[in-house]
Amino acid sequence: MTGHHPAPTAPLLDIDSLVTEFRTESGLLRAVNGASYRVMPGESVGVVGESGSGKSVTVMSVLGLLPPTARTVSGSAWFGGRDLLTLRAKEMEDIRGREIGLIFQDPMTALNPVMTIGRQIAEALQRHRGDMSRRTALRRAVDLLGEVGIPKPEQRAGQYPHEFSGGMRQRAMIAMAMANRPRLIIADEPTTALDVTIQAQILDLVRTVQQETGAALIFITHDLGVIAEMVDRVVVMYAGRAMEAATVDGLFHDPRHPYTCGLLDSLPRLSARTAELPVIPGQPPNPQHLPAGCEFLPRCARSNGRAECAVRPDLAVVPNAPDDHLAACHFSDEVRMTAVQA
Amino acid sequence: MTATTTTALPLPAARIGTQSPGRLAVRRFLRHRMAVASVVLLVLIALAALLLPIAVPHDPNAVDIMALQKPPGDGHLLGTDAAGRDVLARLLAGGQISLLVGLTVAVVATLLGLVLGAVAGYFGGWVDMVIGRITDVVLSFPTLIVVISVVAFVGPSLTTLIVAIGLCEWPTACRIVRGLTLSLRQRDSIQAAVALGASSWHVLRRHIAPEVVAPLTVVATLLVAQAITLEAALSFLGLGVPQPTASWGNMLNAASSLTTLQSMPWLWLPPGIAIAVTILAVNFVGDGLRDAVDPRQSR
Repeated sequence: MTGHHPAPTAPLLDIDSLVTEFRTESGLLRAVNGASYRVMPGESVGVVGESGSGKSVTVMSVLGLLPPTARTVSGSAWFGGRDLLTLRAKEMEDIRGREIGLIFQDPMTALNPVMTIGRQIAEALQRHRGDMSRRTALRRAVDLLGEVGIPKPEQRAGQYPHEFSGGMRQRAMIAMAMANRPRLIIADEPTTALDVTIQAQILDLVRTVQQETGAALIFITHDLGVIAEMVDRVVVMYAGRAMEAATVDGLFHDPRHPYTCGLLDSLPRLSARTAELPVIPGQPPNPQHLPAGCEFLPRCARSNGRAECAVRPDLAVVPNAPDDHLAACHFSDEVRMTAVQA
Repeated sequence: MTATTTTALPLPAARIGTQSPGRLAVRRFLRHRMAVASVVLLVLIALAALLLPIAVPHDPNAVDIMALQKPPGDGHLLGTDAAGRDVLARLLAGGQISLLVGLTVAVVATLLGLVLGAVAGYFGGWVDMVIGRITDVVLSFPTLIVVISVVAFVGPSLTTLIVAIGLCEWPTACRIVRGLTLSLRQRDSIQAAVALGASSWHVLRRHIAPEVVAPLTVVATLLVAQAITLEAALSFLGLGVPQPTASWGNMLNAASSLTTLQSMPWLWLPPGIAIAVTILAVNFVGDGLRDAVDPRQSR
């Protein structure tokens, strides 16, 4: 468990010890291995990690959107007093799009190519409001397009996705995700498929939407630079679970997990003119053969062969850090950034 | 971002430069001359068959023993048959039956194939297994023999014929729909719809069906042609539409006698030509539809 959170209110989403496995031809693959993190109402949480660290699969498990070959083996995901993992398909359908909105990575493929943008948004609205007429829904869709900054929304609503630019498509996607004023918006690398010049605008929009609607946000990315200005708290994932969770400030200035330190060290800095960028040696563990002990041990610079590391560390409050700083390391109290701080 | 009031904006009707996929397909179809000509021809055949009582003064089933096997002319434009019935009247009445069989079979088989194929492809797993095996079994039987046995069992009638042929023809549509559904299901847009709360039924109806319908219309036209041929074959064998109701097939039945074949061409030539022309036209329409629906395949 994530230890004792001194939370004034109950978390909106509480993911606990989630385990999700994929059936593959060469055996079971554990994509998520005991992931735990919390999102408070209205809070924005960034989930970072490299490809394959289980960032996306964790939220897909929670939403019940896993492919048929995957299965959530254990764990829980409490949302508004209910464990999403135990809900029946019908109940989950009512939560998706109504309580939780999802923004996909690539808006080109995530929008239906043969349906007008307006209709797609209208259907998202009508799905959760049986009494809403087609006409009202279409009008509301036009309003939503205006809200996400699409010029001439009345005309744009009648167009097809291929008539939109990449950034416009992602704006439409965001309009769909927020259409029903969900309590939680999940953005799964929403800028990865976009042109660099557009990325900043979309990030801005996601933040504005989140603040104006008061929704909580889970922002999945592998870009540490982006996360710093987007969110309140950060969860670092590695080998299918959360390794460290802290406020943006705590994580960037006082990281307490060797992996996070390594990640921050490997960020290029304008001020420090080192010849070579430091890297974390080695590879993440094979999800088909996860080690029994600490997942990061083979690459860890701090362990020095200490015996404790043979036991898998739980995600726990760091002793000499603020209460909301969690790390999964036996020596989180002594871990400090080593890099030359400019 | 502005407040969320719903202002009285005009509906998104103004589509400047925007063309719906459907409209584009119609445009492509209209460029296909043979297909358009075939549509016109088929409409004419259907109209002729439907407007029969006005077009011809004879009852297709009225027996006239004073005028048996009369050659064309003399009040009977296409002559009379062995029972003295007017061939033209029967040709038009037979057209009604043949077109009816062709269209209903195509609709029944296509709908059956659409539903089963979409369900199999979308849900996968054991559902797919069961439907897939049934498809294999149906496909592994020769259609003509199955239909003959069914008709022999139940007795020939129009309904039996339609049901029997329909039950044999759906696997083609089913396989095509299943294949398309399998690939559509992988699309992010389907995932996105599910993420917005869409139920399986909604996804099948709003996202799968519309994309499958286009290629399915092509299959449907081919099924129309197949059903008309099959009806003709069965009626020719005396197992199709029972007498005295006329159908192109049972009119051809007259050609089973050598004397008729040799000396009375007005009895079998008109229905033969009608069948050939109709099927040719239907196939041309199918060609045109395929090009209209899938522009990448056009020459």
